[in-house]
Amino acid sequence: MRLTYPTSLRIIRVPCSGKVDIIHILRAFEKGADGVCVIGCREGECHFKTGNFRARRHVEQAQTVLDTIGIGGERAMMYNLSSGDGPLFAKYAEEIYEKIKALGPNPIRRQKKHAA
Amino acid sequence: MIIAEKKPIEEIIGYVDDCGKLLILGCNECVTVCEAGGKKEVGILASALRMYFLNQGREVKIDEITLERQCDHEYLEEIRDVADQYDAIVSLACGVGVQFVAEKYHSQRVYPGVNTCFLGATEERGRWSERCQACGTCILAYTGGICPIARCAKRLLNGPCGGSSNGKCEVNPELDCAWQLIIDRLKALGRLEDYEKLLEIKDWSTDRAGGPRKVVREDLQI
Repeated sequence: MRLTYPTSLRIIRVPCSGKVDIIHILRAFEKGADGVCVIGCREGECHFKTGNFRARRHVEQAQTVLDTIGIGGERAMMYNLSSGDGPLFAKYAEEIYEKIKALGPNPIRRQKKHAA
Repeated sequence: MIIAEKKPIEEIIGYVDDCGKLLILGCNECVTVCEAGGKKEVGILASALRMYFLNQGREVKIDEITLERQCDHEYLEEIRDVADQYDAIVSLACGVGVQFVAEKYHSQRVYPGVNTCFLGATEERGRWSERCQACGTCILAYTGGICPIARCAKRLLNGPCGGSSNGKCEVNPELDCAWQLIIDRLKALGRLEDYEKLLEIKDWSTDRAGGPRKVVREDLQI
């Protein structure tokens, strides 16, 4: 297919999107990530039945925490995608990249630089 | 078990905003099961607070420890050597744990990280309901294993009242009428004749009305 997508996205493979807990999302931000996007299987197509729904809940929980502490909940996102849909992945990746670019860098990273 | 709910992070920030070094103290018992104050929630709160302070341009050292229990001397002793290194401790245990930490580390600021709600059971993940009010004189033997003190809005001993309709309580249409549940259960047990027996006036002296209670078992004391 030779599709391209923004190089700033780092992919972390997990056995199921439901495995991504709120703490993993928060730790990513704590370490300076500008955004986190969990990509789960399409709704109703989870091999483990509810993994992708669970992932969505975790993302929502992280969004609430991020909003509370002033980082911005919109930096955490959730998409659903079939593993065979490469072109849609590339499209989503572009969309994620644009969204995060518009939000600017993670304020935590800026503060960490100041402190250093 | 004791059911608790996480306090809003804003409230906790309000307690500890002036601190430079914090300990978030979790408990491995009830609050872990109801996902309010276990190791995972300690990590979430610590991470959120670290980011909050960093975003404010302050680097606050936040440590995480989760004890087996916070309502026992022996487990609380595990933080004896480190407790005084912190400006404050946020305990994610139930109210018992928070108070025990405060009692044991008298000169340390201790704040609650959860709201302790009731004695209950997990109906399903994310849904807990009250089952016991710890009245001190259990009558479950006479009520088919269903407690009218905890589950009837009026704590009726010989119910149901006129507010029971289609098995639901008038207080809340989603709330089961405890006495309907009792009757159904006695019927299933083939012991409906027990329902005909009037329950005597309950001994409330063991309930909370007489002030804080104590259980003393001399046979266990050395």
